[in-house]
Amino acid sequence: MIVITDLWKSFGENQVLKGLNIQINKGEILVIIGRSGCGKSVLLKHIIGIIKPDKGKVEVFGNEIAKLSESKLNEVRMKFGMLFQGAALFDSLTVRENVGFFLDEHTKLNNETISKIVSEKLKLVGLSGIENLMPCDLSGGMKKRVGLARAIAMDPEIILYDEPTTGVDPIMATAINELIKDLQSKLSLTSIVVTHDMVSAYHVADRIAMLYDGKIIEIGTPEKIKNTKNPIVKQFITGADTGPMSIE
Amino acid sequence: MKKRICYFFQEIGGMSLLVPQIILQIFKPPFKPKYTINQLVQIGVNTLPIVSIMSLFVGMVLAHLAYLQFKLVELEMYTGSLVGAAMVMELGPVLTAIIVAGRIGSATAAEIGSMKVTEQIDALHTLAVNPIKYLATPRFLAAIIMVPLLTIFADFIGMFGGYMIGVWQFGIRHRIYINKTLDFLSAHDIICGLIKTIFFGAMIIVVSCYKGFNTSGGAEGVGKATTSSVVISIVLILVMDYFLTVLLF
Repeated sequence: MIVITDLWKSFGENQVLKGLNIQINKGEILVIIGRSGCGKSVLLKHIIGIIKPDKGKVEVFGNEIAKLSESKLNEVRMKFGMLFQGAALFDSLTVRENVGFFLDEHTKLNNETISKIVSEKLKLVGLSGIENLMPCDLSGGMKKRVGLARAIAMDPEIILYDEPTTGVDPIMATAINELIKDLQSKLSLTSIVVTHDMVSAYHVADRIAMLYDGKIIEIGTPEKIKNTKNPIVKQFITGADTGPMSIE
Repeated sequence: MKKRICYFFQEIGGMSLLVPQIILQIFKPPFKPKYTINQLVQIGVNTLPIVSIMSLFVGMVLAHLAYLQFKLVELEMYTGSLVGAAMVMELGPVLTAIIVAGRIGSATAAEIGSMKVTEQIDALHTLAVNPIKYLATPRFLAAIIMVPLLTIFADFIGMFGGYMIGVWQFGIRHRIYINKTLDFLSAHDIICGLIKTIFFGAMIIVVSCYKGFNTSGGAEGVGKATTSSVVISIVLILVMDYFLTVLLF
Protein backbone atom coordinates (compact mmCIF):
# COMPACT_ATOMS: atom_id res chain seq x y z
CA MET A 1 0.00 0.00 0.00
CA ILE A 2 2.81 2.41 0.95
CA VAL A 3 6.32 1.72 -0.29
CA ILE A 4 9.22 3.98 0.69
CA THR A 5 12.49 3.41 -1.15
CA ASP A 6 15.91 4.93 -0.41
CA LEU A 7 14.48 8.12 1.17
CA TRP A 8 16.95 10.92 1.86
CA LYS A 9 16.15 14.30 3.42
CA SER A 10 18.26 17.04 4.96
CA PHE A 11 17.45 20.41 6.50
CA GLY A 12 20.50 22.63 6.01
CA GLU A 13 23.47 20.76 7.47
CA ASN A 14 21.25 18.29 9.32
CA GLN A 15 20.86 15.02 7.38
CA VAL A 16 17.67 13.57 8.86
CA LEU A 17 16.84 10.61 6.62
CA LYS A 18 19.64 8.57 5.08
CA GLY A 19 18.29 6.04 2.62
CA LEU A 20 15.24 4.86 4.54
CA ASN A 21 13.32 1.84 3.20
CA ILE A 22 10.00 0.52 4.51
CA GLN A 23 6.79 -1.03 3.26
CA ILE A 24 3.43 -0.59 4.99
CA ASN A 25 0.76 -3.21 4.32
CA LYS A 26 -2.98 -2.68 3.95
CA GLY A 27 -4.95 -2.97 7.18
CA GLU A 28 -2.00 -3.07 9.60
CA ILE A 29 -1.02 -0.79 12.46
CA LEU A 30 2.64 0.03 12.03
CA VAL A 31 4.29 1.86 14.91
CA ILE A 32 7.47 3.78 14.17
CA ILE A 33 9.60 4.36 17.25
CA GLY A 34 12.75 6.39 17.68
CA ARG A 35 14.31 9.18 19.71
CA SER A 36 12.98 12.72 19.58
CA GLY A 37 14.26 14.54 16.51
CA CYS A 38 15.25 11.36 14.66
CA GLY A 39 12.92 12.11 11.74
CA LYS A 40 9.71 10.24 12.57
CA SER A 41 7.42 13.21 11.92
CA VAL A 42 9.47 14.10 8.82
CA LEU A 43 8.78 10.59 7.52
CA LEU A 44 5.01 11.03 8.06
CA LYS A 45 5.11 14.38 6.24
CA HIS A 46 6.84 12.71 3.29
CA ILE A 47 4.09 10.08 3.13
CA ILE A 48 1.35 12.72 2.88
CA GLY A 49 3.38 14.94 0.55
CA ILE A 50 3.91 17.96 2.81
CA ILE A 51 7.69 17.53 2.47
CA LYS A 52 9.44 16.49 -0.74
CA PRO A 53 12.41 14.11 -0.56
CA ASP A 54 15.92 15.09 -1.63
CA LYS A 55 16.34 11.59 -3.07
CA GLY A 56 14.34 8.38 -3.15
CA LYS A 57 10.62 7.89 -3.52
CA VAL A 58 7.40 7.45 -1.56
CA GLU A 59 4.70 5.46 -3.36
CA VAL A 60 1.12 5.45 -2.08
CA PHE A 61 -1.49 3.36 -3.93
CA GLY A 62 1.12 3.07 -6.71
CA ASN A 63 1.49 6.87 -7.09
CA GLU A 64 4.88 8.47 -6.55
CA ILE A 65 3.89 11.30 -4.21
CA ALA A 66 6.64 13.80 -5.14
CA LYS A 67 5.77 13.63 -8.84
CA LEU A 68 2.02 14.23 -8.53
CA SER A 69 0.40 17.49 -9.62
CA GLU A 70 -1.36 19.50 -6.90
CA SER A 71 -4.80 18.21 -7.88
CA LYS A 72 -3.66 14.55 -8.07
CA LEU A 73 -1.84 14.93 -4.75
CA ASN A 74 -5.01 16.30 -3.18
CA GLU A 75 -6.94 13.29 -4.50
CA VAL A 76 -4.45 11.00 -2.74
CA ARG A 77 -4.56 13.15 0.41
CA MET A 78 -8.33 12.70 0.57
CA LYS A 79 -7.65 9.04 1.39
CA PHE A 80 -5.56 10.08 4.40
CA GLY A 81 -6.36 11.33 7.84
CA MET A 82 -3.67 12.77 10.07
CA LEU A 83 -3.56 13.42 13.80
CA PHE A 84 -0.90 15.97 14.63
CA GLN A 85 1.23 16.01 17.77
CA GLY A 86 -0.42 19.19 19.06
CA ALA A 87 -3.74 18.32 17.35
CA ALA A 88 -3.33 21.38 15.04
CA LEU A 89 -6.97 22.39 15.40
CA PHE A 90 -7.84 25.65 13.65
CA ASP A 91 -7.96 28.26 16.44
CA SER A 92 -10.53 30.48 14.79
CA LEU A 93 -13.05 27.69 14.15
CA THR A 94 -15.39 25.85 16.51
CA VAL A 95 -15.14 22.11 17.13
CA ARG A 96 -18.01 21.59 14.65
CA GLU A 97 -16.21 23.63 11.99
CA ASN A 98 -12.89 21.87 12.66
CA VAL A 99 -14.29 18.35 12.44
CA GLY A 100 -16.50 19.20 9.47
CA PHE A 101 -13.79 21.21 7.69
CA PHE A 102 -13.05 18.59 5.02
CA LEU A 103 -16.75 18.02 4.33
CA ASP A 104 -17.43 21.77 4.14
CA GLU A 105 -14.56 22.23 1.69
CA HIS A 106 -14.85 19.19 -0.55
CA THR A 107 -18.45 18.04 -0.57
CA LYS A 108 -21.80 19.56 -1.43
CA LEU A 109 -23.46 18.14 1.68
CA ASN A 110 -25.80 20.55 3.43
CA ASN A 111 -25.02 22.02 6.82
CA GLU A 112 -27.45 19.74 8.64
CA THR A 113 -25.92 16.55 7.18
CA ILE A 114 -22.39 17.72 7.99
CA SER A 115 -23.41 18.54 11.56
CA LYS A 116 -24.88 15.05 11.89
CA ILE A 117 -21.66 13.43 10.61
CA VAL A 118 -19.61 15.63 12.96
CA SER A 119 -21.72 14.52 15.93
CA GLU A 120 -21.24 10.86 14.93
CA LYS A 121 -17.47 11.25 14.66
CA LEU A 122 -17.29 13.08 17.97
CA LYS A 123 -19.32 10.30 19.57
CA LEU A 124 -16.88 7.77 18.13
CA VAL A 125 -13.99 9.50 19.96
CA GLY A 126 -16.02 9.81 23.14
CA LEU A 127 -16.84 13.50 22.95
CA SER A 128 -20.47 14.42 22.49
CA GLY A 129 -22.08 17.84 22.81
CA ILE A 130 -18.94 19.96 22.42
CA GLU A 131 -19.64 21.08 18.86
CA ASN A 132 -19.89 24.77 19.74
CA LEU A 133 -16.76 25.00 21.88
CA MET A 134 -13.60 26.68 20.60
CA PRO A 135 -10.26 24.79 20.65
CA CYS A 136 -8.99 27.08 23.43
CA ASP A 137 -11.79 25.75 25.67
CA LEU A 138 -10.55 22.14 25.37
CA SER A 139 -8.01 20.18 27.45
CA GLY A 140 -4.97 18.58 25.76
CA GLY A 141 -6.61 15.15 25.63
CA MET A 142 -9.86 16.57 24.25
CA LYS A 143 -7.93 18.44 21.54
CA LYS A 144 -6.25 15.20 20.48
CA ARG A 145 -9.57 13.43 20.28
CA VAL A 146 -11.15 16.27 18.31
CA GLY A 147 -8.10 16.12 16.03
CA LEU A 148 -8.76 12.43 15.61
CA ALA A 149 -12.44 13.07 14.86
CA ARG A 150 -11.34 15.55 12.17
CA ALA A 151 -8.92 12.97 10.76
CA ILE A 152 -11.63 10.32 10.42
CA ALA A 153 -14.38 12.71 9.25
CA MET A 154 -13.69 11.90 5.60
CA ASP A 155 -13.58 8.13 6.20
CA PRO A 156 -9.92 7.76 5.22
CA GLU A 157 -8.20 4.54 4.19
CA ILE A 158 -4.94 5.45 5.91
CA ILE A 159 -4.52 7.33 9.15
CA LEU A 160 -1.27 8.86 10.37
CA TYR A 161 -0.79 9.50 14.08
CA ASP A 162 2.02 11.82 15.14
CA GLU A 163 2.78 11.19 18.82
CA PRO A 164 -0.86 10.51 19.75
CA THR A 165 -0.16 10.00 23.48
CA THR A 166 2.45 12.71 24.06
CA GLY A 167 1.37 15.36 26.55
CA VAL A 168 -1.68 13.54 27.88
CA ASP A 169 -2.09 11.77 31.24
CA PRO A 170 -1.67 7.96 31.41
CA ILE A 171 -5.41 7.30 31.62
CA MET A 172 -6.06 9.48 28.57
CA ALA A 173 -3.11 7.81 26.81
CA THR A 174 -4.72 4.41 27.36
CA ALA A 175 -8.04 5.79 26.12
CA ILE A 176 -6.36 7.09 22.95
CA ASN A 177 -4.60 3.73 22.41
CA GLU A 178 -7.94 1.95 22.76
CA LEU A 179 -9.43 4.42 20.32
CA ILE A 180 -6.71 3.70 17.74
CA LYS A 181 -7.38 -0.05 18.01
CA ASP A 182 -11.12 0.48 18.05
CA LEU A 183 -11.05 2.62 14.90
CA GLN A 184 -8.83 0.02 13.27
CA SER A 185 -11.31 -2.76 13.90
CA LYS A 186 -14.44 -0.67 13.13
CA LEU A 187 -13.22 1.14 10.03
CA SER A 188 -10.55 -1.31 8.72
CA LEU A 189 -7.97 1.44 8.41
CA THR A 190 -4.27 1.23 7.73
CA SER A 191 -2.54 3.11 10.54
CA ILE A 192 0.94 4.50 10.95
CA VAL A 193 1.69 5.61 14.50
CA VAL A 194 4.80 7.60 15.31
CA THR A 195 5.71 7.56 18.97
CA HIS A 196 8.45 7.15 21.54
CA ASP A 197 5.97 5.84 24.10
CA MET A 198 6.74 2.10 24.31
CA VAL A 199 3.62 1.30 26.34
CA SER A 200 1.52 2.73 23.54
CA ALA A 201 3.64 1.00 20.88
CA TYR A 202 3.22 -2.47 22.43
CA HIS A 203 -0.47 -1.82 23.00
CA VAL A 204 -1.49 -0.90 19.46
CA ALA A 205 1.14 -2.28 17.06
CA ASP A 206 0.89 -5.12 14.58
CA ARG A 207 4.49 -4.30 13.67
CA ILE A 208 7.04 -1.95 15.21
CA ALA A 209 9.85 -0.27 13.25
CA MET A 210 12.78 1.48 14.93
CA LEU A 211 14.12 4.58 13.17
CA TYR A 212 17.71 5.44 14.03
CA ASP A 213 20.33 7.52 12.23
CA GLY A 214 18.00 8.13 9.29
CA LYS A 215 17.22 4.45 8.62
CA ILE A 216 14.93 1.67 9.83
CA ILE A 217 17.30 -0.51 11.82
CA GLU A 218 14.79 -3.13 12.98
CA ILE A 219 11.21 -4.04 12.13
CA GLY A 220 8.95 -6.80 13.39
CA THR A 221 6.12 -7.81 15.69
CA PRO A 222 6.03 -6.38 19.25
CA GLU A 223 7.29 -9.77 20.48
CA LYS A 224 10.24 -9.68 18.12
CA ILE A 225 11.12 -6.14 19.19
CA LYS A 226 10.83 -7.07 22.90
CA ASN A 227 13.31 -9.94 22.36
CA THR A 228 15.66 -8.03 20.06
CA LYS A 229 19.40 -8.53 20.22
CA ASN A 230 20.13 -5.18 18.56
CA PRO A 231 21.81 -3.12 21.35
CA ILE A 232 20.42 0.19 20.03
CA VAL A 233 16.80 -1.07 19.95
CA LYS A 234 17.33 -2.76 23.32
CA GLN A 235 18.59 0.46 24.90
CA PHE A 236 15.65 2.42 23.45
CA ILE A 237 12.89 0.05 24.53
CA THR A 238 14.31 -0.36 28.04
CA GLY A 239 15.10 3.35 28.37
CA ALA A 240 18.62 2.64 29.65
CA ASP A 241 20.85 5.70 29.94
CA THR A 242 23.95 3.71 29.04
CA GLY A 243 24.47 1.97 25.75
CA PRO A 244 25.35 2.73 22.14
CA MET A 245 23.08 5.82 22.09
CA SER A 246 24.41 8.83 24.01
CA ILE A 247 22.11 11.13 26.01
CA GLU A 248 23.22 14.23 24.00
CA MET B 1 27.07 41.89 5.20
CA LYS B 2 27.09 39.32 2.37
CA LYS B 3 24.62 37.23 4.36
CA ARG B 4 22.30 40.23 4.81
CA ILE B 5 22.36 41.05 1.10
CA CYS B 6 21.56 37.41 0.28
CA TYR B 7 18.73 37.46 2.85
CA PHE B 8 17.34 40.69 1.35
CA PHE B 9 17.22 39.24 -2.18
CA GLN B 10 15.84 35.95 -0.84
CA GLU B 11 12.98 37.87 0.79
CA ILE B 12 12.28 39.93 -2.34
CA GLY B 13 12.35 36.76 -4.46
CA GLY B 14 10.06 34.89 -2.06
CA MET B 15 7.51 37.72 -2.01
CA SER B 16 7.64 38.08 -5.80
CA LEU B 17 6.99 34.35 -6.24
CA LEU B 18 4.02 34.52 -3.89
CA VAL B 19 2.21 37.12 -6.04
CA PRO B 20 1.48 34.87 -9.07
CA GLN B 21 0.51 32.01 -6.75
CA ILE B 22 -2.06 34.21 -4.98
CA ILE B 23 -3.44 35.56 -8.27
CA LEU B 24 -3.58 32.06 -9.85
CA GLN B 25 -5.72 30.81 -6.96
CA ILE B 26 -8.35 33.52 -7.67
CA PHE B 27 -9.26 31.69 -10.88
CA LYS B 28 -8.96 28.10 -9.60
CA PRO B 29 -12.07 26.31 -8.31
CA PRO B 30 -13.55 25.72 -5.81
CA PHE B 31 -14.75 29.29 -5.33
CA LYS B 32 -15.62 30.17 -1.74
CA PRO B 33 -16.81 33.79 -1.60
CA LYS B 34 -17.56 33.52 2.15
CA TYR B 35 -13.84 33.75 2.99
CA THR B 36 -13.44 36.90 0.92
CA ILE B 37 -16.59 38.40 2.45
CA ASN B 38 -15.18 37.76 5.95
CA GLN B 39 -12.00 39.57 4.97
CA LEU B 40 -13.95 42.44 3.39
CA VAL B 41 -15.57 42.94 6.79
CA GLN B 42 -12.25 42.63 8.64
CA ILE B 43 -10.31 44.96 6.36
CA GLY B 44 -13.10 47.36 5.49
CA VAL B 45 -15.80 47.65 8.11
CA ASN B 46 -13.60 47.03 11.14
CA THR B 47 -10.86 49.41 9.98
CA LEU B 48 -13.26 52.24 9.12
CA PRO B 49 -13.49 53.79 12.64
CA ILE B 50 -9.73 54.22 13.05
CA VAL B 51 -9.31 55.48 9.49
CA SER B 52 -12.12 58.00 10.12
CA ILE B 53 -10.57 59.33 13.33
CA MET B 54 -7.12 59.56 11.76
CA SER B 55 -8.27 61.36 8.62
CA LEU B 56 -10.55 63.75 10.53
CA PHE B 57 -7.69 64.98 12.71
CA VAL B 58 -5.16 65.05 9.86
CA GLY B 59 -7.61 67.20 7.88
CA MET B 60 -8.09 69.49 10.88
CA VAL B 61 -4.35 69.88 11.47
CA LEU B 62 -3.72 70.52 7.77
CA ALA B 63 -6.42 73.20 7.68
CA HIS B 64 -5.12 74.87 10.84
CA LEU B 65 -1.51 75.05 9.61
CA ALA B 66 -2.50 75.98 6.04
CA TYR B 67 -4.75 78.80 7.26
CA LEU B 68 -1.99 80.26 9.44
CA GLN B 69 0.51 80.21 6.56
CA PHE B 70 -1.92 81.43 3.89
CA LYS B 71 -3.07 84.26 6.16
CA LEU B 72 0.42 85.74 6.05
CA VAL B 73 0.00 86.31 2.31
CA GLU B 74 -3.76 86.93 2.50
CA LEU B 75 -4.64 83.74 0.62
CA GLU B 76 -6.55 82.04 3.43
CA MET B 77 -9.46 81.23 1.11
CA TYR B 78 -7.17 78.58 -0.44
CA THR B 79 -7.08 76.57 2.80
CA GLY B 80 -9.71 74.15 1.45
CA SER B 81 -7.77 73.73 -1.82
CA LEU B 82 -4.66 72.63 0.02
CA VAL B 83 -6.52 70.28 2.34
CA GLY B 84 -8.46 68.71 -0.53
CA ALA B 85 -5.48 68.24 -2.80
CA ALA B 86 -3.25 66.90 -0.02
CA MET B 87 -5.87 64.45 1.20
CA VAL B 88 -6.81 63.11 -2.23
CA MET B 89 -3.37 62.90 -3.81
CA GLU B 90 -1.17 61.92 -0.89
CA LEU B 91 -2.34 61.80 2.71
CA GLY B 92 -5.58 59.87 2.20
CA PRO B 93 -3.94 56.99 0.29
CA VAL B 94 -0.69 56.84 2.28
CA LEU B 95 -2.13 57.18 5.79
CA THR B 96 -4.95 54.73 5.06
CA ALA B 97 -2.39 52.23 3.77
CA ILE B 98 -0.25 52.71 6.88
CA ILE B 99 -3.26 52.10 9.13
CA VAL B 100 -4.12 48.95 7.14
CA ALA B 101 -0.49 47.78 7.36
CA GLY B 102 -0.55 48.25 11.13
CA ARG B 103 -3.93 46.73 11.73
CA ILE B 104 -4.44 44.11 9.02
CA GLY B 105 -0.83 43.39 8.03
CA SER B 106 0.17 42.64 11.61
CA ALA B 107 -2.94 40.52 12.26
CA THR B 108 -2.39 38.56 9.05
CA ALA B 109 1.28 37.84 9.76
CA ALA B 110 0.49 36.88 13.37
CA GLU B 111 -2.43 34.62 12.45
CA ILE B 112 -0.68 32.80 9.61
CA GLY B 113 2.58 32.68 11.59
CA SER B 114 0.95 31.06 14.60
CA MET B 115 -0.85 28.63 12.27
CA LYS B 116 2.54 27.75 10.78
CA VAL B 117 4.28 27.06 14.09
CA THR B 118 1.36 25.01 15.45
CA GLU B 119 1.18 22.84 12.29
CA GLN B 120 -2.22 24.23 11.26
CA ILE B 121 -0.80 25.02 7.80
CA ASP B 122 0.32 21.37 7.51
CA ALA B 123 -3.16 20.35 8.64
CA LEU B 124 -4.64 22.35 5.76
CA HIS B 125 -2.39 20.41 3.35
CA THR B 126 -3.52 17.09 4.82
CA LEU B 127 -7.15 18.17 4.38
CA ALA B 128 -6.42 18.78 0.68
CA VAL B 129 -6.81 22.56 1.02
CA ASN B 130 -4.26 24.92 -0.52
CA PRO B 131 -3.17 27.33 2.28
CA ILE B 132 -2.55 30.14 -0.21
CA LYS B 133 -6.09 29.80 -1.59
CA TYR B 134 -7.60 29.55 1.87
CA LEU B 135 -5.57 32.22 3.67
CA ALA B 136 -3.86 34.59 1.23
CA THR B 137 -6.15 34.94 -1.79
CA PRO B 138 -9.29 36.09 0.12
CA ARG B 139 -7.20 38.70 1.96
CA PHE B 140 -5.59 39.85 -1.29
CA LEU B 141 -8.97 40.31 -3.00
CA ALA B 142 -10.45 42.04 0.04
CA ALA B 143 -7.47 44.40 0.33
CA ILE B 144 -7.51 45.53 -3.32
CA ILE B 145 -11.24 46.25 -3.00
CA MET B 146 -11.35 47.72 0.49
CA VAL B 147 -8.21 49.86 0.71
CA PRO B 148 -9.42 52.13 -2.14
CA LEU B 149 -12.89 52.33 -0.57
CA LEU B 150 -11.40 53.20 2.82
CA THR B 151 -9.31 55.85 1.08
CA ILE B 152 -12.43 57.45 -0.43
CA PHE B 153 -13.87 57.66 3.09
CA ALA B 154 -10.58 59.02 4.43
CA ASP B 155 -10.46 61.69 1.71
CA PHE B 156 -14.00 62.90 2.47
CA ILE B 157 -13.62 62.83 6.22
CA GLY B 158 -10.24 64.60 6.00
CA MET B 159 -11.80 67.31 3.86
CA PHE B 160 -14.66 67.60 6.32
CA GLY B 161 -12.12 68.03 9.14
CA GLY B 162 -10.53 70.82 7.13
CA TYR B 163 -13.94 72.38 6.53
CA MET B 164 -14.69 72.36 10.27
CA ILE B 165 -11.52 74.31 11.01
CA GLY B 166 -11.61 76.58 7.98
CA VAL B 167 -15.29 77.51 8.14
CA TRP B 168 -16.36 77.00 11.74
CA GLN B 169 -13.18 78.07 13.53
CA PHE B 170 -11.53 80.60 11.21
CA GLY B 171 -14.69 81.90 9.58
CA ILE B 172 -13.95 81.33 5.89
CA ARG B 173 -17.28 81.59 4.05
CA HIS B 174 -18.90 78.24 3.32
CA ARG B 175 -19.34 78.82 -0.43
CA ILE B 176 -15.77 80.11 -0.92
CA TYR B 177 -14.30 77.18 0.98
CA ILE B 178 -16.26 74.60 -1.06
CA ASN B 179 -15.62 76.31 -4.41
CA LYS B 180 -11.88 76.65 -3.81
CA THR B 181 -11.69 73.02 -2.70
CA LEU B 182 -13.45 71.83 -5.86
CA ASP B 183 -11.44 74.16 -8.13
CA PHE B 184 -8.22 72.34 -7.28
CA LEU B 185 -9.59 68.79 -7.39
CA SER B 186 -9.74 66.84 -10.63
CA ALA B 187 -11.08 63.38 -11.40
CA HIS B 188 -7.56 62.47 -12.53
CA ASP B 189 -6.13 63.30 -9.08
CA ILE B 190 -8.80 61.28 -7.32
CA ILE B 191 -8.41 58.24 -9.59
CA CYS B 192 -4.62 58.30 -9.44
CA GLY B 193 -4.79 58.50 -5.64
CA LEU B 194 -7.03 55.45 -5.62
CA ILE B 195 -4.83 53.52 -8.08
CA LYS B 196 -1.96 53.93 -5.63
CA THR B 197 -4.02 52.33 -2.88
CA ILE B 198 -4.71 49.19 -4.97
CA PHE B 199 -0.94 48.62 -5.12
CA PHE B 200 -0.55 49.42 -1.41
CA GLY B 201 -3.31 46.98 -0.41
CA ALA B 202 -1.89 44.17 -2.57
CA MET B 203 1.63 44.75 -1.27
CA ILE B 204 0.56 44.75 2.42
CA ILE B 205 -1.13 41.37 2.03
CA VAL B 206 1.73 39.83 0.04
CA VAL B 207 4.31 40.95 2.63
CA SER B 208 2.28 39.87 5.64
CA CYS B 209 1.31 36.50 4.14
CA TYR B 210 4.90 35.83 3.09
CA LYS B 211 6.14 36.63 6.58
CA GLY B 212 3.42 34.45 8.11
CA PHE B 213 4.07 31.45 5.86
CA ASN B 214 7.80 31.67 6.58
CA THR B 215 7.54 31.95 10.35
CA SER B 216 9.65 29.60 12.42
CA GLY B 217 10.70 29.33 16.05
CA GLY B 218 7.50 29.44 18.10
CA ALA B 219 6.07 32.53 19.82
CA GLU B 220 9.26 34.55 19.33
CA GLY B 221 9.16 33.79 15.61
CA VAL B 222 5.55 34.93 15.39
CA GLY B 223 6.48 38.21 17.10
CA LYS B 224 9.39 38.78 14.72
CA ALA B 225 7.26 37.97 11.66
CA THR B 226 4.55 40.40 12.82
CA THR B 227 6.97 43.25 13.51
CA SER B 228 8.93 42.81 10.30
CA SER B 229 5.78 42.58 8.18
CA VAL B 230 4.60 45.97 9.50
CA VAL B 231 8.03 47.59 9.16
CA ILE B 232 8.58 46.28 5.61
CA SER B 233 5.03 47.24 4.57
CA ILE B 234 5.38 50.82 5.84
CA VAL B 235 8.78 51.27 4.18
CA LEU B 236 7.46 49.83 0.91
CA ILE B 237 4.34 52.06 1.07
CA LEU B 238 6.57 55.14 1.18
CA VAL B 239 8.95 53.88 -1.53
CA MET B 240 6.09 52.77 -3.80
CA ASP B 241 4.30 56.05 -3.12
CA TYR B 242 7.19 58.02 -4.61
CA PHE B 243 7.47 55.91 -7.76
CA LEU B 244 3.70 55.70 -8.30
CA THR B 245 3.37 59.47 -7.80
CA VAL B 246 6.06 60.14 -10.40
CA LEU B 247 4.39 57.67 -12.75
CA LEU B 248 0.79 58.77 -12.29
CA PHE B 249 0.88 62.55 -11.71
